[in-house]
Amino acid sequence: MTERVQRRLDTTAARGLIARATRGDAWTVGLIVIFAALLVFTKLLRSSYGLDALAIGALPVAFAAVGQAIVVISGGIDLSIGSVIALTNVIAAVLLMNAPELSVPIVLLVLLIGVLIGVVNGVLVVVSRVPDIVVTLSMLFVWAGAALLVLGTPGGGSVDWLRTLITGTLGIELLPRALVVLLVIVGLVWIPLRRSRLGLSIYAVGSNQLAAFRSGVNVARTKVVAYALAGFFAALGGLALTASTGIGTPIPGPYLLLSVAAIVLGGVSLAGGRGGLLGPIVGIYILGLIRADMTFLGVQPAYSTVLQGVIMVVVVMVGAYLTLRRAAT
Amino acid sequence: MTAEATARVSPLRTLRGWMRDQPLVPLFGLLGVLVVVLEVVQPGIVSPGWVSNTIRFAVPLAMLAACQTMTMLTGGIDLSVAVVASMTSYVMATLVSDFGWLGASLFALIPAAVVGLVNGIGVGWFRVHPLIMTISMSLIVSGAVNVYARANITGGTRVPPEISWLGGQTLFGFLPNSLLLFVPLAAVVLVGLRRFGYGRLLYAVGDNETAARLAGVRVGHVLVLLYVISAVLAGLAGLIFAGVIGSATGRLVDPFLLPSVAAAVIGGTSIFGGRGGYSGSIVGAVILTVLVTLLTVLQQPEAVRQILFGAIILAVAAAYTRITEQT
Repeated sequence: MTERVQRRLDTTAARGLIARATRGDAWTVGLIVIFAALLVFTKLLRSSYGLDALAIGALPVAFAAVGQAIVVISGGIDLSIGSVIALTNVIAAVLLMNAPELSVPIVLLVLLIGVLIGVVNGVLVVVSRVPDIVVTLSMLFVWAGAALLVLGTPGGGSVDWLRTLITGTLGIELLPRALVVLLVIVGLVWIPLRRSRLGLSIYAVGSNQLAAFRSGVNVARTKVVAYALAGFFAALGGLALTASTGIGTPIPGPYLLLSVAAIVLGGVSLAGGRGGLLGPIVGIYILGLIRADMTFLGVQPAYSTVLQGVIMVVVVMVGAYLTLRRAAT
Repeated sequence: MTAEATARVSPLRTLRGWMRDQPLVPLFGLLGVLVVVLEVVQPGIVSPGWVSNTIRFAVPLAMLAACQTMTMLTGGIDLSVAVVASMTSYVMATLVSDFGWLGASLFALIPAAVVGLVNGIGVGWFRVHPLIMTISMSLIVSGAVNVYARANITGGTRVPPEISWLGGQTLFGFLPNSLLLFVPLAAVVLVGLRRFGYGRLLYAVGDNETAARLAGVRVGHVLVLLYVISAVLAGLAGLIFAGVIGSATGRLVDPFLLPSVAAAVIGGTSIFGGRGGYSGSIVGAVILTVLVTLLTVLQQPEAVRQILFGAIILAVAAAYTRITEQT
């Protein structure tokens, strides 16, 4: 009797586990399938278009999406991420032009600046008790202004090894250097973090701040760490931009919009506490492929903006509808 | 006993409690300080003409802030207001020669209402996060405006004298004509939020959506209507702003997006919903307009202006949160 109950419990548990695993990853798997289909389609359109071109173009915004995803998982949102990318981009470009021989310390310094910017954002969120969205909205102006102070007009320089680092492929075409750089850095930071107590607290704070606090999680520190990580990845985005364009541009690109679009596509819940980093990265590549396809098809840029918006709306509506269905059952 | 308890309350706490009950007082104080600073920096600038000019520029911003206030009361946000306003002013300016000013204006509000309807369906029925829904819609709208501009390249645009009169001219040389539209609108929003059933529903939905739903509120319907109202208001703001500037392009009102959110936040509306009101947002819009004038008068480079703008919004929001926080 007990044995039967036990076995039954086991099978239910196992079934639950399988259901949870497929449910959790189904979104990412679906994204990868869409990505593969799009890639084949792109190859049919223009066989010379390689993954390397896609990976270089998408590198800054992929870093932005990773940083944004971490903050959103922790229950916040970083509207200033585009400005931080612009700021670190111009700092790197100016320093590298003036002292190309010190390129390695400069890269490390820019990353440190990124972390410090993130810490400032996080501390302001914690100390001011103003909602994240308002704090980072204000800081969007501050960091964009700082970028203009550093460099009034596009300029500055870069060094060759940064460009070589992300250009071309590692042997086969499926392994563009830019993608490898992205995956290695994100993996080195995220995988150990995800398994640590700190990573768990990021998810805990994002999913229920009060519950996390009552379980002894240091909410303030966790939030600051999440913003610091976002600053770190934004600085990587800025460096990637310097490396791929060779200059610094003080006007923020559309990275905020794209990063939010990518995390939503990538299955990260804006309510916090749910999602991973692989989904947003695949999301960025999908958006990049769609843009490339439309260029190859000769679609006007204006139409392609409309189409991107429509895709986003449809995706989020389907996603929200599925969540509703799941909640109902 | 009671007297003892009262005596123990520190004056600071009393002041804080009083400010919590009267959230407009510190806002007007801040506005006064800004005006004084402006007068000190550039003596003689504060004049009836300047006041009139400030109101003229603050009116469209205050209308966009109304959209943010109402959506924020439900715990949402409408980031498509600026592009909707730009679109409406541009569509109006292209249609004037065919339909006259009134027909063109009314016709231009139709696409605005459609955008609001789509926003509302996404947020209210599909339960998409408002931030995402309205950001995506603004992508679509700005792209669509570009497509329209391309198709309409030979048509040209013209802001009719009636719209210029409404946005750009004054009654008796002082009162901007846009107040003729704005005052009744603001009155409806102010009274409506407090007294009308629909206004109270917005607070109810923002405060506790589940409770509102259990009490029989059709939350989805409320939200659909809300985003339509927001988009139409944004369209009207765009028309008035076209009159203020005297021309209309597809991106005319776009820079007003973040200030419209800032005005509602400074005005004390909680971005989490359920708390706040429109009166604060109006003062917030005036404060931001004066602040922009001040930063221009200080003759700082664009970079410093942006930094100060962001820092001041954050400082005001933080101070406001501290003062009005329930302790």
